Amino acid sequence: MKNILEINNVTKFYKNSVKALENVNLNIKEGEIFALLGPNGAGKSTLINSICGIVNFNTGTIKINKMDIVKNYRNTRKITGIVPQELNLESFETVWNNVNYSRGLFGKKPDHNYIEKLLKQLSLWEKKDSKIKELSGGMKRRVLIAKALSHQPKLLFLDEPTASVDVELRKDMWDVVKKLNKDGVTIILTTHYIEEAEELSDRVAVINDGKIILVDEKDKLIKKLGEKTIKIELFESIEKINGNLSKYNFTLDQTNKIISHTYNLNSNTTDITELLNDVKKDGFKIKDINTEQSSLEEIFIKLIQENNNELVRN
Amino acid sequence: MNWYGIKSIYIHEMERFRRTLFQSLASPIITTSLYFVVFGSAIGSRITEIDGINYGSYIVPGMIMLTILTQSISNASFAFYFPRFTNTIYEILAAPLSSFEIVLGFVGAAASKSLIIGCVIILTANFFVDVRIDHPLLMMFFLILTSITFALFGFIIGMYAEGFEGLQIIPILIITPLVFLGGSFYSINMLPEFWQKISLLNPVLYLISGFRYSFYEVSDVSLFTSTLTILTILIGCIIFITYTFSKGYRIKD
Repeated sequence: MKNILEINNVTKFYKNSVKALENVNLNIKEGEIFALLGPNGAGKSTLINSICGIVNFNTGTIKINKMDIVKNYRNTRKITGIVPQELNLESFETVWNNVNYSRGLFGKKPDHNYIEKLLKQLSLWEKKDSKIKELSGGMKRRVLIAKALSHQPKLLFLDEPTASVDVELRKDMWDVVKKLNKDGVTIILTTHYIEEAEELSDRVAVINDGKIILVDEKDKLIKKLGEKTIKIELFESIEKINGNLSKYNFTLDQTNKIISHTYNLNSNTTDITELLNDVKKDGFKIKDINTEQSSLEEIFIKLIQENNNELVRN
Repeated sequence: MNWYGIKSIYIHEMERFRRTLFQSLASPIITTSLYFVVFGSAIGSRITEIDGINYGSYIVPGMIMLTILTQSISNASFAFYFPRFTNTIYEILAAPLSSFEIVLGFVGAAASKSLIIGCVIILTANFFVDVRIDHPLLMMFFLILTSITFALFGFIIGMYAEGFEGLQIIPILIITPLVFLGGSFYSINMLPEFWQKISLLNPVLYLISGFRYSFYEVSDVSLFTSTLTILTILIGCIIFITYTFSKGYRIKD
């Protein structure tokens, strides 16, 4: 699949000399959902604002569909849409005017049929004549998406699309994002909700302190970096750990009946077979076994911690 | 050129004007009427004529200029500052619009609003005094050029303002005094010689004088100097805006 976005060595300093981005390199494939993860202030919004032309970056190049976004800004911006993190809307304008205004800004002639279809898709049609100030937070978020899609972009940036929205609406938004992607829109979303990235994305990048510290396919990332925990439930409780089981570094639950043992999927060998054998050898009967894989959130926290430790050392 | 983009900004701004039409027109009409009552009737009864023109009629061009200047500045500065304040500016920055196109949309709308208000004032003035326009084309030339120039000036204020208070400082502290001291309600020939020379340093004097010439063929300074002054201010604003935009126009960090 070809790259729709290519970011090469992009660096950005703010006026107060705060380094927001440092030598960022990133390629986004056409048709994928890409999640940019990072803690607050990591540089996620600065990166997408740089791509969209909202802030100027200092060095490096950004290309959309092989076109430089500075030299060829008209063509690149025509196919790019952005949904900002904040609910930035003109309160006294109607939904209809707001969305049509956005389409015009991007150089597209009015197309009321398309805007009608779009508003219906986003369940906004009933509210088309309502003023923005009369809408709920969730509806406003939808208006922002409608505005970003009003000029039919190929590349859509969602900056914290579900920030401050309730669980139900979040799931609703996820459905909207999946539908857009199915319709051929490449989506880049920034989030610090790991479950969002886990639910939606094909690939994930982790950004910390202005640097991309990891890019990988979500599933591979979970597999590569993820630890698994095997939980062995016994019929009787373990009063004292000795015998063959004393060589393992496992934990017991409060009832002393469930052994939790963590292992890494990357290891050439896991000691699960030996553990099960030793449980049997020590005379315990197994009631149940299950495994749990570490979530993207746990991986994310681990990566950020490692990166911060490294920064402190340097 | 992104004509749809320019049109969108223009219509969006004019729509705001339409929504607040009563406030937009009522304020200048009431102010103009009050000026006629205060200056035209109260003071005008003591100053019957200036340069052979009835005092009430003489002050009409000055009053129009006063309104055009203040309205152009406030319309353009508010229009550009408001999206900065609400952060909706992101959309304009992310759109395929050049700096020139953004300015054209905002300044075009601000200047149009001022022109409409200017025309309304001319009509209002007709209810109080006889208004004669000897050179209508020249009058329109000055009206349009002044509206555009000061809308550009207002746009600069909108780019630099850090708050709504900032939008008011220059119009209140600089523009209004310059208009009042620029011969809006008198001819500088009525002043002592020293103050006449000081008045010549006021650029607004040249605008009012040229504009008044288009009405009654009387002026304090030559038409050429007036035209040159307005064009100089216009070019100055364009250069300043171009420079500021090239640096990221205080909006793109």
